[in-house]
Amino acid sequence: MHAADSTNMKTIAPEELVRTLTASKGTKPLLFHVGSHMLYVQAHIPGSEYLGAGATPQGVQNLAKRVATLRKNTAIILYCGCCPWNHCPNVNPAYDTLVRLGFTNVKVLYLAQNFGVDWVTRGYPTARGE
Amino acid sequence: MKRALLIIAVVAVLLIWILLRPPSADNHDGTSSLRPAPGFTLTDLSGNKLSLADYRGKVVLLDFWATWCAPCKEEIPHFIDMQNHYGAQGLQVVGISMDDDEKPVREFQQQFKMNYPIALGTTQLADQYGGAFGLPITFVIDREGRIVSRHIGQTKPEVFEAEIQKLLQK
Repeated sequence: MHAADSTNMKTIAPEELVRTLTASKGTKPLLFHVGSHMLYVQAHIPGSEYLGAGATPQGVQNLAKRVATLRKNTAIILYCGCCPWNHCPNVNPAYDTLVRLGFTNVKVLYLAQNFGVDWVTRGYPTARGE
Repeated sequence: MKRALLIIAVVAVLLIWILLRPPSADNHDGTSSLRPAPGFTLTDLSGNKLSLADYRGKVVLLDFWATWCAPCKEEIPHFIDMQNHYGAQGLQVVGISMDDDEKPVREFQQQFKMNYPIALGTTQLADQYGGAFGLPITFVIDREGRIVSRHIGQTKPEVFEAEIQKLLQK
C-alpha cells in the first residue's frame, strides 16, 4: 500500500480548485473520486465521478477504462480525502496509473487532513448521493 | 464623573452576565447542555443486535473507522487495551466500520483480535453523527447517553484515557 507522496505528484490546493470550478471562463477539468464509496455518497465535489478506491485493482481498472478514449492532455483532477494526506492509500496508485497511461495534465487535490476538514467544513460546494 | 459612572455601569453589566450566563456546550462539567447521542440499532459481525441504547449506564467510546484508514489502524490496538482495562468499570468500545464491504472488516477483526462489537456503518448513521467525511472520528458518550466529546483524526490514547477515567468515576 502506498501513502500519498506530494513529491511525486502534481497537486492543486482546494481554494485553487474552487476558483477553477467557479470561474466563468476556461475549460473545467474532469474530477475523479478515487476513494471510499461510503464517503463519496455522503459528500463529494459536484460533477465528480466515482471510480472506486485507487488502492484496489478494481479501482485502477475502472480508472483506466474511464480514460481510455480521452486525449492524453485532458485536464484531470484526482481526489480522495479519506485520511490525512500522508496516509491516503488511494491517490498515489491512481496518479501513477494515469502517468503510466501517458496523461500529461493530471493533478491531485491536496487535502491535508481529510475531505471533511479541508473541503466540507470550509464551505466549499458539495453534492450527495451516487 | 460621568466617565466613572459609565465604567461602573459596564463592569456591573459584565459581572451580571458572567454570573447568569448558561453553561457552555464545550464545558464537559456543564453536562446539562450536552447533546444526546443519536440512537441506532445495527447487526454486528457476529450477527448479534448492536444497539446504543443497550449500553445506557456505561461510558461508550464510539469509533467510526475503516480498514483502509492507516490512523484508524494505529488507534485500534489502544481501544482493545482500553476495553480490557476499563471494561469491568463500565467502558464499552463500539466500532462502526465505514468500509464498503464486510469481508476486509471481518479479516481485520480477526487479525487484530478485536474484543468489542463491530458493525458496518451506513450513510444515514454517519449523517446523524454530523457526517464521517474522513476517518477516524471518535465520540465519547457518558453513562447518560450524551456526547461528551468528538475527536476528528488520530487522537493520542492518553486523551481518551483521561476523559474515560473521569466519566467512569461518575
